[in-house]
Amino acid sequence: MILGQKQLDKIHDTLTENLIGSGVQSVMLIDTAGNVIASINNGNESIDLYSLAALAAANFGAMSCMARIVGEDEFSLLFHKGEKENIYFCKVNEELLLVNIFNNQISLGFLRLKMSKVVDELVGLLTD
Amino acid sequence: MAFINLKDKVIQAKVVYYGPGRCGKTTNLEYIYEKCRLQVNSEMVTVKTQGDRTLFFDFFPFDMGKISGYDVKIQLYTVPGQVKYNSTRRLVLKGVDGVVFVADSAAERRNKNILSLRNLEENLTLYNKNIYDIPLVIQYNKRDLAKQGIEILDVETLEQDLNTALKAPWFEASAVEGDNVVPTLKKIIYETMSSLEKQLK
Repeated sequence: MILGQKQLDKIHDTLTENLIGSGVQSVMLIDTAGNVIASINNGNESIDLYSLAALAAANFGAMSCMARIVGEDEFSLLFHKGEKENIYFCKVNEELLLVNIFNNQISLGFLRLKMSKVVDELVGLLTD
Repeated sequence: MAFINLKDKVIQAKVVYYGPGRCGKTTNLEYIYEKCRLQVNSEMVTVKTQGDRTLFFDFFPFDMGKISGYDVKIQLYTVPGQVKYNSTRRLVLKGVDGVVFVADSAAERRNKNILSLRNLEENLTLYNKNIYDIPLVIQYNKRDLAKQGIEILDVETLEQDLNTALKAPWFEASAVEGDNVVPTLKKIIYETMSSLEKQLK
């Protein structure tokens, strides 16, 4: 997969405006093989991106297999709640996943609304 | 599926160490992790069972430095070798760009090697990849067992069992002692990058 400067700039802009601007601490666009496509944070996070991407892609893959075993096509919501930090995963298309790290100051409902908008924008960008 | 970021000039490619259970895939990665720390800016991730066997995978990104102006990161993974973990092996193979098949030289493991190689072929097919086309290096590991009086297969037998049709580059190795671990890695990186270059032309 090859993404050019224009596409990556637009991806960066939409993730920054909609997610980092809404209080998400760190957001990563990754592919289902575990490669990091884009990553942005609010300047206060230092995370091992490559390890997180590998684990997130594996986690999502495992959840998809579990969904099929119980007769679902997929689980659309993948959310891990911690004491301070939470992770929310969302599928963008067959190849890409969006991973958000956020704290308890943002509600999951609000984040899901924002994510829905971002996913629509990303799908548009990637099909351009 | 490698990812090329034209903005930041980064190439990420995925290399998976495959093979039967207890053949030394994790030992290969542990050796590389210890000996090449300057090229690994990350902790090694391991998802293990309580019995210290690989449950999902081991992983770390290996920084190759710049090639033609691009930062090249090779994502190194192992798969769980145990037969029962085939679904997780398939997940790890997703998007693979190159494979090191680690075979166990112990004579009693002969059949396990053959079954694991067949399993690799089947699992690659699920992703529309062909074992004859994908960059592949075979490592005949545990050559050191002979020193302990354990019967090992000679290389001719291993070649006949595993590499007659594939004709992949191969190395005799001892991951525990570090013999030929780095040359195996260098070879698969070379094969993977050459293949990517061809695909991009």
